Amino acid sequence: MPAPTRTRPQAAGPRTRRSRRRSLPYLPYLIPGALAFTVIILYPLVMNIWYSLHKWKGGMAPMRFIGLGNYSELLADEKFWSSFQNSMFMIVAMVLVPTLIGLLLAAVLFDYVGKHFSSSVASTLRAMYYLPQILPVAVAGIVWNWILNSQTGALNSILRGLGVDAPPNWLGSTSLALPSVMLVLIWIQIGYPTVIFMSALQRVDPELYEAAELDGAGWFARFRAITVPQIKPETFVIVLTCTIAALKVFAPVYVLTRGGPESSTLVPSYYSYLNFFDKSKVGYGAAVSTVLTLVIIVIAGVIQVLQNRSARREEEGR
Amino acid sequence: MSATTASTRPGRPGRHRDRFHRGATRWLILAVVGLVAVVMVTPFALMVMNAFKSPSDYSSGSPLALPTEIYTDGLVYFWHRVDFPIKLWNSIWTSALVAVLGTFLSLFNAYAIGVGRVRGRAWIIAVFMIANMLPQEGLIYPLFMMARRVGLTDNPWSIVIIFTVIQSAFGTYLLSSVLGTFPRALLEAAELDGASRWQILWRVVYPVVRPTMSVLMIFFFIWTWNEFFIPLVMLTSGDTQTVPIALSSLQGDRMLDVPTLNAGALVSLIPTFLFFLVFQRTLTRGVTAGAVK
Repeated sequence: MPAPTRTRPQAAGPRTRRSRRRSLPYLPYLIPGALAFTVIILYPLVMNIWYSLHKWKGGMAPMRFIGLGNYSELLADEKFWSSFQNSMFMIVAMVLVPTLIGLLLAAVLFDYVGKHFSSSVASTLRAMYYLPQILPVAVAGIVWNWILNSQTGALNSILRGLGVDAPPNWLGSTSLALPSVMLVLIWIQIGYPTVIFMSALQRVDPELYEAAELDGAGWFARFRAITVPQIKPETFVIVLTCTIAALKVFAPVYVLTRGGPESSTLVPSYYSYLNFFDKSKVGYGAAVSTVLTLVIIVIAGVIQVLQNRSARREEEGR
Repeated sequence: MSATTASTRPGRPGRHRDRFHRGATRWLILAVVGLVAVVMVTPFALMVMNAFKSPSDYSSGSPLALPTEIYTDGLVYFWHRVDFPIKLWNSIWTSALVAVLGTFLSLFNAYAIGVGRVRGRAWIIAVFMIANMLPQEGLIYPLFMMARRVGLTDNPWSIVIIFTVIQSAFGTYLLSSVLGTFPRALLEAAELDGASRWQILWRVVYPVVRPTMSVLMIFFFIWTWNEFFIPLVMLTSGDTQTVPIALSSLQGDRMLDVPTLNAGALVSLIPTFLFFLVFQRTLTRGVTAGAVK
């Protein structure tokens, strides 16, 4: 965002002052937004941090100030640590795997199916990949919950039909629940990078490919030397948005496993929800969500800095 | 040289095919991506098939089998059991209001930031971006207490207010970058004609960004429709809940059989599905607009 200011460094004192005066009449248009933002985002954010410094059962119950007590309790809380460890698995399932598969699918659809068959075949396939993205996560969760149910579920009854005597309890066993949830998340996520990568590929100048082809570069060489660097901006956006989504993931866990069995699928957001509304440990829940908020802001900041740096390097290289 | 490239270009696949994309490989690759598509759609297909089975039909056959007869009692049962029309109406009016209010709030912000070039705009946008990324868990308890204090407990209006602000954070970011490149000449001409800021907004800026705003509206509508966490906390009684919450509250309902559950899931996603079919193009364009800008 700071780019526009940097492009006109010669705009000296009088001009900036003039533009400053000219921007004043626009300030009133920011008032509704600023007010709404303060009441709905800023104030609750600060209050949540304030709550995290208290021992509080919530509602009308008295609040007792304990300073950083909740936070030091967190440090020794095994569930808290394992919830963040599970976040790493969520990042694998929502960022790493879908981005790689999405890139591959987009490249094949755009490069191959679109050219060798027809673009309508490619866009039909794209729509099919994107379908899970548009339905409410709750609905997706309910359907998968049924499919993976050990007794009445579709998957196991198919397996039984194939002669498997004791099909696994997908969501009910501590070793399988997390991989099962990850699988559902991959299924939900794949469409997003695929759609974005496909339009990114449309942006790439076809002459680059033609020149490379004339030089005798094969498909993979072209993919590595042209496609991947050209679609870098989109890749950053996907990684940023999906990483944040992975850290925040709540609804699929709530609908599929409620964090169980034995917290094997517990994630930070569900853990804070549990403390807020189930265990009535509001201060503790607020501490968990404050840590989560901080982690997200830091990670988003780091990704943003990396992106700016790589964009700058590219500009210099040109 | 240029003539040959131009003439080979439309027929380029031909040259490819000769090299390594001959017949079989071509179909093999289509089969692989097609298979992925089938895997993606299978859960839907299973759900639709089993939504129309009777409980006995379901327990006697495989989930992969087609229903022996079209059984709609599951649908009817779900419809009544969760008072579906009420939830549907709640989802529709809250999402629609958020879509409209959120978009216009974004427009006001973006007008000041993009066109007005208000001082510190880079920071303002950064703050809005953070608002969009924040985990809702970090806001929920204070929001819950505030709703209680102003009498909006268990009231869908709380959803409207909260999501108007959360969605407009993204809208502000997107519209600001669109308005940042707004042709200055147009604004100056309008100013010379004696138009006020308010008139410029509605007569000059608004017509130009209206297409972007309609994409935003569609997005806000679907996002709000699909929201789960805040509605789950805020809307506790049946009359106020939205469709996704109503469906998830059926979980663990011992009275519920599998076909009814599937019927419920089917009914719950029909509105979004129709929306998707109608706006497919706009949606894909919108996803990308958000990514590139």
